[in-house]
Amino acid sequence: MKPAWFDYYAPRELDEALHILGDAGQDGRVLAGGQSLMPMLNLRILSPAVVVDINRIEALNRLNAGTDGLTVGALVRHADLLRNSDVREGWPLLAEATTQVAHMAIRNRGTVCGSVSHNDPSAEHPSVLVTMGGTVVVAGLAGRRELPAEAFFTGMLSNALESGEMVVELRYPRQPAGTGAAFVEFARRLGDFAIAGAAAMLTMRDGVCERARLTIVGMGEGPFRVRAVEEMLTAQTLGRKESQQAFAEAAAKVVAAVDPADDVHASSSYRRHLAGVMAVQALETALARAGGQHVG
Amino acid sequence: MAREQKIKVTVNGRAYEKTVPVRLSLADFLREHLHLTGTHLGCEQGVCGACTISMNGRSARSCLTLAVQTDGADIVTIEGLRAEDGTRHPMQQLFLENFALQCGYCTPGFLITAIELLRDNPNPTEHEVREAISGNLCRCSGYQAIVDAILAAACEELA
Repeated sequence: MKPAWFDYYAPRELDEALHILGDAGQDGRVLAGGQSLMPMLNLRILSPAVVVDINRIEALNRLNAGTDGLTVGALVRHADLLRNSDVREGWPLLAEATTQVAHMAIRNRGTVCGSVSHNDPSAEHPSVLVTMGGTVVVAGLAGRRELPAEAFFTGMLSNALESGEMVVELRYPRQPAGTGAAFVEFARRLGDFAIAGAAAMLTMRDGVCERARLTIVGMGEGPFRVRAVEEMLTAQTLGRKESQQAFAEAAAKVVAAVDPADDVHASSSYRRHLAGVMAVQALETALARAGGQHVG
Repeated sequence: MAREQKIKVTVNGRAYEKTVPVRLSLADFLREHLHLTGTHLGCEQGVCGACTISMNGRSARSCLTLAVQTDGADIVTIEGLRAEDGTRHPMQQLFLENFALQCGYCTPGFLITAIELLRDNPNPTEHEVREAISGNLCRCSGYQAIVDAILAAACEELA
């Protein structure tokens, strides 16, 4: 028996789940895919008094691609996104990042909302949500709140959920016309936690960058948006020559902006260097996909 | 709050009704309550893949699933791969013929993963095979023979 004792509830209605979570307060935890929570319970890093298993709440198993955006309910698994052709076509950044989430067996169970809630610094989904300007819908006994992605993530393994609240839905806007996006990461072994990664999104018109988004993964604090690069690229002409120079400058800005710690996987300086390399790869691929210059 | 719950679960085609502690993992349920010890436990935190089983047709880590969560589910373990007459599953046979195991500890997880891969993608490239098994660790024989066995199974199925 690995986890400490807990009271287990598996409600069928969201209201019931919110009541149980509300009563439990800080002692309650939501169990969805369990791919982050269960290891922590097994290792007794966490020992919540109450576990609320939401897997039987059918209303949360909602994946809907509409004209205005994509809605991802709290029970949608990573694998569900990969099997959905609307997601692959309409939200390619999300699809590309999801292929890089862990391994098949983990993607079959783990949920997108769970990954966002957990906010592991090397996770893909928080950075994708920030890059796309998505929204986190949270619910509690007091009602629903909608938070812009950036307001939701509050540092390593932390989020803006109040006691008794849970994430019920994520929303991803459609990307504007002329947009190219890319997600790249580097890990020692396929599917491992990334040492560093980057999500880039460029909206181009007549060779000029109208809008740029760049988020770095794996620097220790969850999604790290590099505004200095976004501002530098906006309104720039990005032909072959200009883009090479601009992206080299972008890498330098990334390296100057991030401040990762040393750990067993990588030294701070290696991680910092890798962040710059990942940024350039993501930007080059995003630009090529936006119909700009070809990579290399 | 009851710390035990009754579950009805189908494992390898056989229906069980059992009362289990709510904190019991599916892996420990299979091994200790049903005595299906073919499912192995390595890390018990989702990293090594040894405990991979199939739940409702999809591979899952049995160490990261609670037994209570399988109420109503259909589980297949390594013991469920053989045909009723004892014939090995083709993937088991090809693992054997390609020397794709040494100590065998990781093998049940690899087999479940490999069978799911070929069901989703009957004609994978070597890279796709390596990607699919990246969540399963083998510490003795290395991966080449395992990759060979899975590619051979794909050829056999396509033939």
